[in-house]
This record gives sequence, C-alpha cells and structure tokens, in this order.
Amino acid sequence: MQVKNSFIEKVNTDFEVRSLDSVCINTSELKHPWWYNVKYLAAGVLFGIVLVKTEVISWFRIQETFRFQSFHMYGVIGSALVTAAISVWLIKKFRLRTIYGEPIQLYKIRFSKGQVYGGLLFGFGWAITGACPGPLFALIGSGTTVIIVTLLSAIAGTWIYGYFREKLPH
Amino acid sequence: MFFVFGIAAGAFLAVTLLSNHQPVNVDPKLVSELKDYGINNYNQLAPQDIFNWSVLFTVKGFVLMVVGGFLIGFGTRYAGGCTSGHSIMGLSNLQWPSLLATICFMIGGIVMANFILPSILRL
Repeated sequence: MQVKNSFIEKVNTDFEVRSLDSVCINTSELKHPWWYNVKYLAAGVLFGIVLVKTEVISWFRIQETFRFQSFHMYGVIGSALVTAAISVWLIKKFRLRTIYGEPIQLYKIRFSKGQVYGGLLFGFGWAITGACPGPLFALIGSGTTVIIVTLLSAIAGTWIYGYFREKLPH
Repeated sequence: MFFVFGIAAGAFLAVTLLSNHQPVNVDPKLVSELKDYGINNYNQLAPQDIFNWSVLFTVKGFVLMVVGGFLIGFGTRYAGGCTSGHSIMGLSNLQWPSLLATICFMIGGIVMANFILPSILRL
C-alpha cells in the first residue's frame, strides 16, 4: 500500500490538464521558498511602468487604434513583436536555459475554433474597456480604482468559460 | 500573483514618480467624436467621465465595466491567450493559430469600437 501511494504521487497529470488551455504551460517542477518569487514582482513592476508610459493601456489610445487614427499602438505592439521574435530565435538557436538551468520548451499552438469565437469576444471586451488582462491591473494601479470591478468580472468570465467548456465549440 | 501585483505597483510608480503630468494626446477627430458622448477628461489613461464608481451603477457603466470585463476574461480563455500570449509571444514563435487569433482580436475590436460602442456611449 505504501509503495503504491508513493507511485501515484509521482505521476503528475497536472501537465495534461493544463495543456488543454494552452495559455501558459508551466512544467517546472522546482520548488523554491516564497521569496524566489520576488523576481516576478520586479518583472511586473517593469511591465507596469512600460504599460503606463507607452499609454497602451489607455482607453483613448485603444479607440484611436481601432479607428485607424494613429500608428501609436501598432508601433508599440510591432516593436514588442520584433523584440520577442529575436528573443525566441536566440532561445532556439542557443538552446538557452532558464536561470535554474531547466530547458526552455516552446509548444506548438493547436488550432481551435476558440481562437475565432474567443478572439472576437476578446476583441469586443478590449474595445469596450480599453484593456486586456495585464492592463486591468495596471489601470487599477494608475488610479482608476473602479477597474477592480472589471477585473472581478473578467475573473468571473474565466470561471464561466471553465464551467461551459465542454459545451462550447472548439 | 507576484507578477500582477507588480504590474499594479509599477503602474502606480509610473503615474506618481515618473509622470509628465500631460493629458493623453489623441487624434483631434477622436476628441471631437468623444465630446458628443460627454467625454472631455484626458488627464488619466482611462476616461474618468465614464469609468468611475457612480457611473458603474448605470446601464452604461454596467455594460462598459462589467460586461466588458466579462468578455475579456471569457474571450481570453476561449481563445487560449490574450494580446501578449497570442499577438506577441505566439506570433514571434511563428504559430499560425496565433495569427488567426490576432486577426479576430482586431476584427472584434474594430467592429466594437466603430459600430457598437457608439450606441453604448449614448445610453
């Protein structure tokens, strides 16, 4: 009985469950004390500063973007894309590892109808609120506290999706 | 959790310590259009005329903040990613489903901003 139990514990099925979402698959099995997470706080602070200073989280900028009245957003996302593409190329080329020496694996994204239906719904939400998930946190930090309600509603949206997932076309 | 808390903290730092205290400078055509909906305050990144606690309890505010938020959350999970996940990370890794998702984000945004949002703002 003892042996059986320890075997079950070692089989980690978490990965398969999470890979269904394909949003982000964290396969790291390293365990660290909580203060190792402070580096994510630092990355978040930098990201928050960039989101505010580039004004990409501004509702006004989003309206401009979707009315094709300004190049602003296309320029910011375009340069982020170029930077990311170079980074991905470098990671692949030199088989870079994480700072703890784990290999970095980039997964293929599989097609699903969700990319169309979900994409359109996301686009609606993006244009209404002028924000996508990360910027919601930045907007709250920048002083528009009522966005807390929008954030809670977005979290509710992810739960409702999870609840109805089986019934939605994929 | 650490990361998203950091985003809020970073945004707070940016508006307090790193601010140039200038209003958001947008296209004049947009300014005149938004004027019709009573949006005149450009001092913050989000329009304070429509995104505030008292508007929240009106039909307009409910659609803007609650329905809008719901669509973000639901859409992001349904599409399997958001602007950074698909449009930046997915595209940079040359994943065609991400390109499809990005195109749909744009179509959704363009349709909403140009054809549906004006009616919501008139509520």
